[in-house]
Amino acid sequence: MTALDAQGLGKQYGRRWALTDCTLQVPEGRVVGLVGPNGAGKSTLLNLAVGLLAPTTGAIEVLGGVPADGPAQLAKVGFVAQDTPLFTSLTVADHLRFGAHTNPGWDAAFAQERITRIGLDPDQKAGKLSGGQRAQLALTLAIAKRPRLLILDEPVASLDPLARREFLQDLMEAVAEHEVSVILSSHLVSDLERVCDYLVVLAASRVQIAGDVDALLASHHRLIGPRRDPAQLPSGQEVIEGRHTDRQSTLIVRTDGPVLDPVWMVEQLSLEDLVLAYMSQASGTTRGRRPVLEVQR
Amino acid sequence: MIWLTWRQARIQTLAIAALIAVFAILLLATGPHLVTLYRDSSFAACHSNCASEASNFLNQLATGSGYHLIYLLGALFITFLPVVIGLFWGAPLIARELESGSYKLAWNQSVTRERWLAVKLGLLGLTSMALAGLFSLALSWWASPIDYAAAVGASGGFQERFFPLDFGTRGVVPIGYAAFAFALGALIGLLVRRTVPAMAVTLLLVAAVLIAMPLGIRPHLITPVRHTFKLTAADLNGLDISGPAGGQIIQIYANAPAPAGAWVYSSPVTTASGSTVFGPVPQACQSVGNGPQACFSALARIHLKETVSYQPADRYWTFQWLELGIFLTAAVLLAWGCFWLIRRRLS
Amino acid sequence: MIEFHLDARSGVAPYLQLIHQVRHALRLDVLRQGDRLPTVKEVASGLAINPNTVLKAYRELEYQGLVGARPGVGTFVTGTLSGASVAAHAPLRRDLTRWLDKARRAGLDEESIEALFLATFRATGTRQEEDIA
Repeated sequence: MTALDAQGLGKQYGRRWALTDCTLQVPEGRVVGLVGPNGAGKSTLLNLAVGLLAPTTGAIEVLGGVPADGPAQLAKVGFVAQDTPLFTSLTVADHLRFGAHTNPGWDAAFAQERITRIGLDPDQKAGKLSGGQRAQLALTLAIAKRPRLLILDEPVASLDPLARREFLQDLMEAVAEHEVSVILSSHLVSDLERVCDYLVVLAASRVQIAGDVDALLASHHRLIGPRRDPAQLPSGQEVIEGRHTDRQSTLIVRTDGPVLDPVWMVEQLSLEDLVLAYMSQASGTTRGRRPVLEVQR
Repeated sequence: MIWLTWRQARIQTLAIAALIAVFAILLLATGPHLVTLYRDSSFAACHSNCASEASNFLNQLATGSGYHLIYLLGALFITFLPVVIGLFWGAPLIARELESGSYKLAWNQSVTRERWLAVKLGLLGLTSMALAGLFSLALSWWASPIDYAAAVGASGGFQERFFPLDFGTRGVVPIGYAAFAFALGALIGLLVRRTVPAMAVTLLLVAAVLIAMPLGIRPHLITPVRHTFKLTAADLNGLDISGPAGGQIIQIYANAPAPAGAWVYSSPVTTASGSTVFGPVPQACQSVGNGPQACFSALARIHLKETVSYQPADRYWTFQWLELGIFLTAAVLLAWGCFWLIRRRLS
Repeated sequence: MIEFHLDARSGVAPYLQLIHQVRHALRLDVLRQGDRLPTVKEVASGLAINPNTVLKAYRELEYQGLVGARPGVGTFVTGTLSGASVAAHAPLRRDLTRWLDKARRAGLDEESIEALFLATFRATGTRQEEDIA
């Protein structure tokens, strides 16, 4: 089953389109990274997926159902919004009670054990917790609900490196133990590289590329060789980004077959390189097959 | 969801309930003595034409014993109760969650936002109605000797309960006011999305409605009864004259002969042709030295009449239920407005 | 029990790093036949990596005949990496020393030798993995 199925999805605020023509089929059973610069539409997409927003154009289905359409659909999806909103005047223990009262599928033993393991004081008011503790509490609430899909909007953006690592560790433990699918967004690729096996790049309010990380890394290469016009490359090779000096060209290409031309040195890309290539392509004025040429001396 | 509603509204609920409890204890403590005072008074023994006995009883209460203070405080308290409910229960209900972003947490559990709203509105709305009703019951019970006397002969600072600004302090209408103020606050909070501005707007609107109702709406709900009386000299009380000597009489005061406990709209004294202002002033009225009787006899010869517009006392409960119905209907419409708005996805 | 680590900047895919670490441990006798590998959950939460990555590494090791999964109990070491590889070390070391002498006499400095070696190693390595996959 697809975790998220968007068809021509778009969201407009006033005159600005936060998300345009988004078509995606994200499979279940993955940890999906949604990456893109700030303002690219990541939060918009995730809020549409949990039904906090309604689409302007197109449609979206999550786990085969309309977002927020009834208790059964709500129970399937766990959500942690940006800045981890909590009830600031309620204690940690109150939050667990809240989860138990509003979710029939609540796993109280797991929630309690996790709170103890993280070291949260049950009588502490949520407003007095540190950023990392808030994120951990919010994650606990989302996981203890036993959803099939976890949607996390920039969960580690404002956390220090240790809190960030602990959060991701706990998230991976939950994925291993409970087999939840995860969609998490970030504007830092380094957060996602370790944990994601499916990637969606969102830039300029559009989906630039989406797919299994392994497949993406296998089909994208860095070609280094003598100065060459990208249009001269064989048709199966799509240039995503190209940089040229007077003697040398460095191209990032997407291709399904091997690169046979011996003049090129073919290198693997890191995930960050791949994301950056698509983001810089998106920020150019034209979108299409012609790469951005930048002459350096 | 019920637990969450209580937990989030804990402080306000306890505060209001505590205030009401304290006042209720005060009423319970002083009520029995008030009943004793009533039973011992000449007013209780009186059977007909008891206006002066009633006034005496009330004047006696007004001097020194603190009953007047409790009466006033009770009236103030129950008048402001709907405002407090609208401001501290209604306005923050949704606004606080929208403002802090905690709605993103609340709306992503296994409870639809409609159910979330229904429980919050229903539970706290019914509670506010119950609290207002209980307090009104306590106050009405405590003040029943006073109200009974004031209906016959209001005096000493006590007013009859049908009087416009006192009408909302007794009976069932406080329940309607509470429900209305709560629902209005909730809707304003949903529209404005910020707690403090929502409280300010709610305050203005609730106050406006609670002032507009007795002054502008209630009088028109049922057509008042009209009675015209011919005035004798004995009925006259005084007069106002304006203009140069021999000028015009602009107001005549008479004992309005409306029945006990009625809500009198107006009781103008007019000439046979219907004008309230006439001249010239009779000779007997132009100098004060002779005493009023000669003046009054002179006026009686001009065939003055008094037209009293009033709602008779037996319509008191009709008005109570009518007004309760109006405010409950308004509350239901406002609540429906909340549901309609909440179904639209927030941007 | 073996403890894994991840070098995020090495350019080597995480699952390959895990495989290499198991093989390395087997060679050094840190891991012996019958030892239990950490569970997928333990590795995923310890390193903050995707459980599928660990699964992939364990499956590949199973394919290489080095480990075997027992459902409900864990993944255990079943094979060894000693013997043949050790025997082949001596002649390979001799060939390598000869090649290095040739390279130095041809005028390559240390960095050029290393660059040439790594480039060729990676190029032939990818080809080999593709053959396996």
